[in-house]
Amino acid sequence: MSIMLNHVNYIYDEDTAMASAALIDVSLKIPDGQFIGLIGHTGSGKSTLIQHMNGLVKPSSGQVFFNNEDINDKDYDKKKLRAKVGLVFQYPEHQLFESDCFKDVCFGPKNLGLPQKEVELRAYEALKQVGFDDDYFYQSPFDLSGGQKRRVAIAGVLAMKPQILILDEPTAGLDPKGREDILNLISDLHKTMGITIILVSHSMEDVADYVERIIVMNKGRVAFDAEPREVFSHYKELEEIGLAAPQVTYCMQELKAAGFDVSTDITTLEEAKKEILKALGK
Amino acid sequence: MKKMIRTDKLVFEYIRRDEEGNVEGITRAIDDVNLSVEPGQFIAILGHNGSGKSTLAKHFNALLYPTEGEVYVDGMLTEDDEHLWDVRQEAGMIFQNPDNQIIGQIVEEDVGFGPENMGVPTEEIWERVDESLKAVRMDKFRKSSPNHLSGGQKQRVSIAGVIAMHPKCIIMDEPTAMLDPNGRKEVIRAARGLNQVEGITVILITHYMEEVVDADKVFVMDKGKVVMEGTPREIFAQVDKLKALKLGVPQVTLLAHELRKSGVPLPNPILTRKELVEALKACR
Amino acid sequence: MLRDITLGQYYRTESVIHSLDPRVKIVGTFSFIISLFLVKNFIGYVIAALFLCACIKLSNVPPKFIFRGMRAIFFLLLITMVFNLFLTPGEPLVSFWKIKITKEGIRLAIMMGVRLVFLITGSSLMTLTTTPNNLTDGLEDLLKPLKKVRVPVHEISMMMSIALRFIPILMEETDKIMKAQMARGADFESGSIMNRAKSLVPLLVPLFISAFRRANDLAMAMEARCYRGGEGRTKMKPLVYKRIDIIALAVIFGYVVCCLVFGRILFR
Repeated sequence: MSIMLNHVNYIYDEDTAMASAALIDVSLKIPDGQFIGLIGHTGSGKSTLIQHMNGLVKPSSGQVFFNNEDINDKDYDKKKLRAKVGLVFQYPEHQLFESDCFKDVCFGPKNLGLPQKEVELRAYEALKQVGFDDDYFYQSPFDLSGGQKRRVAIAGVLAMKPQILILDEPTAGLDPKGREDILNLISDLHKTMGITIILVSHSMEDVADYVERIIVMNKGRVAFDAEPREVFSHYKELEEIGLAAPQVTYCMQELKAAGFDVSTDITTLEEAKKEILKALGK
Repeated sequence: MKKMIRTDKLVFEYIRRDEEGNVEGITRAIDDVNLSVEPGQFIAILGHNGSGKSTLAKHFNALLYPTEGEVYVDGMLTEDDEHLWDVRQEAGMIFQNPDNQIIGQIVEEDVGFGPENMGVPTEEIWERVDESLKAVRMDKFRKSSPNHLSGGQKQRVSIAGVIAMHPKCIIMDEPTAMLDPNGRKEVIRAARGLNQVEGITVILITHYMEEVVDADKVFVMDKGKVVMEGTPREIFAQVDKLKALKLGVPQVTLLAHELRKSGVPLPNPILTRKELVEALKACR
Repeated sequence: MLRDITLGQYYRTESVIHSLDPRVKIVGTFSFIISLFLVKNFIGYVIAALFLCACIKLSNVPPKFIFRGMRAIFFLLLITMVFNLFLTPGEPLVSFWKIKITKEGIRLAIMMGVRLVFLITGSSLMTLTTTPNNLTDGLEDLLKPLKKVRVPVHEISMMMSIALRFIPILMEETDKIMKAQMARGADFESGSIMNRAKSLVPLLVPLFISAFRRANDLAMAMEARCYRGGEGRTKMKPLVYKRIDIIALAVIFGYVVCCLVFGRILFR
């Protein structure tokens, strides 16, 4: 089970005066069970990229394979693909529409043509998986707080039992506590369910603590694709494309420059703390 | 000297209704807030979502009126009808969503919207539009459609639209919440510029702690009350309290806090990387 | 398909047409539309076509861009033509079963089709070359006499200009919502008409909620910027007729006269 992109190009507004390349020669392999951070600033092509993975956007050239099948083949069942490759969009307001949260989560499995009982069972399970309180099941999704709305939106996709879950900036607009909660939830989903997760973000610090692989997009191309420490060691190049490594990475660089005996490939707070304590001989 | 903004025992309540319109209860969104802002200050108001900070901001522009207590803008009572337009002109407001506050279809027309409403003569509108767009460095885009701008650029246009009204004070209600890191930097830089160059009082409402490090004074809100008040240094010295209020702390400050807990004798708080390196040198 | 609608979009470039006073363009467009319904013969349509082509050429807007808007009204066009083709009584040319096509029907269908295409192209050209604010300013000014009979002219023009500003934003949002629901297995393209109508609910509910929220936000932002209706308002870009506008008005007048003379009076 995996996604593979083979030399994908995508041109936006093709054959008009405003044509512009959104993706340029992107080749990627997403194996099972990975937790991946996809990073890039607005307009880097990251949103277009994830929409290729579940067939919402068709490449201008190149192929997208899911389990070794070309998803843009004429007789490929896109609906089934979208159940397997779940995509949660940035704003939950773009998908919530039912009168209560439970019904809203039922929408996905119902579209798969499952029997009513199975639909409800899945919705219940999914809401439980995102840690949604029973008391709110029958409340209107529009009255919820930003963080809770996001949970319902994620549950709405989880209920289709995807093997790959892609989340487009799930923490946008949340306050620090809300951000942390959602990131922890996603990390838990990865650990307990073992599904592949692609987390799209523009915050390096959000991503660094959780993921095992980072893909950096810049101007439609893959700029870096490696594990976090490797990517952040290129912090100078990252800055050139308008991104930055986590603050602690810089701290370690500066400490090293000041003569401390510390390693510089540090990406999380915990690691930094240990390293500094070690250098101070404590 | 007159205070720029002063609230006196400010309370704001709204009535919650169920679907049939029956009263379910009363929510106190702002609870006994007393604060004052001096002219020329850069003020930050922090708080998690739902802490009442946006509701408070809307009182400074007479978009909401107190249930109890009073709000004064430059000595004028906001509830006074005769001062309504003076209050709104003196205390400009920037909102969260960049799309929903741009009225013009072309950047310069949007910037001119405020002065048009105020009845400023045509020639002077053009002067004001020119200088405002320059102040936020958007003069290159004056003929562009707002729909083709990035989030940070749209917010700068909104700021120019407010400056063109020649306010004494700008209230920014989470202007960076919907922007990416580059956009956030642009907007904060523009806000700081206004404060330092033009001497306009800025009240920045946010939940990004990195943005308040340079403020003159910080207010932290929770459940409608001001629970902390002080310089950024005084506020960031209380990491545990901030965490309890569902707020984050810059990573460097947090790292210093953790090290301090492990027995490294660091000063409290550490706000920048430079401070951390210097302090650690002293520990060696 | 939503992206294709060019009506109500402004195409930014420099041209004679762009620089004309909006009032002239509005009067011109209306004269053009009326002329389409007045001409009775082929020559009239040729004159209209020439006039339209000249305007497009002068506007510097790529014709491709203008005609892309046609795709959106393709069905409307088709329906109009089919109705006229089959339902016009007269001398039958072809007939099978209960359906018959008449000579008058063909004539009318072609005429209606051409009229519709010209009409949309003409009005697209107006909106493509005039910023919505400018357009509504022009309308407001032209409708000023109605203020005396208590028609809220300023408010109407403000509403229109805001609606126009939000059309592209709401379109983009529609696209996003559609994708978000498609990612949950929604199907907007197949099934019976009933099912298709039903499938619009998950699209329309979020769209309406968002539109109301935007409206609310915008009202507040306008109030915060001292908006208090048209009273006492000054203009950043007041409308003044220039020499070129007078010339344009003369050209439009000339066109209408030509249409009337050649398309209606001289050749019946």
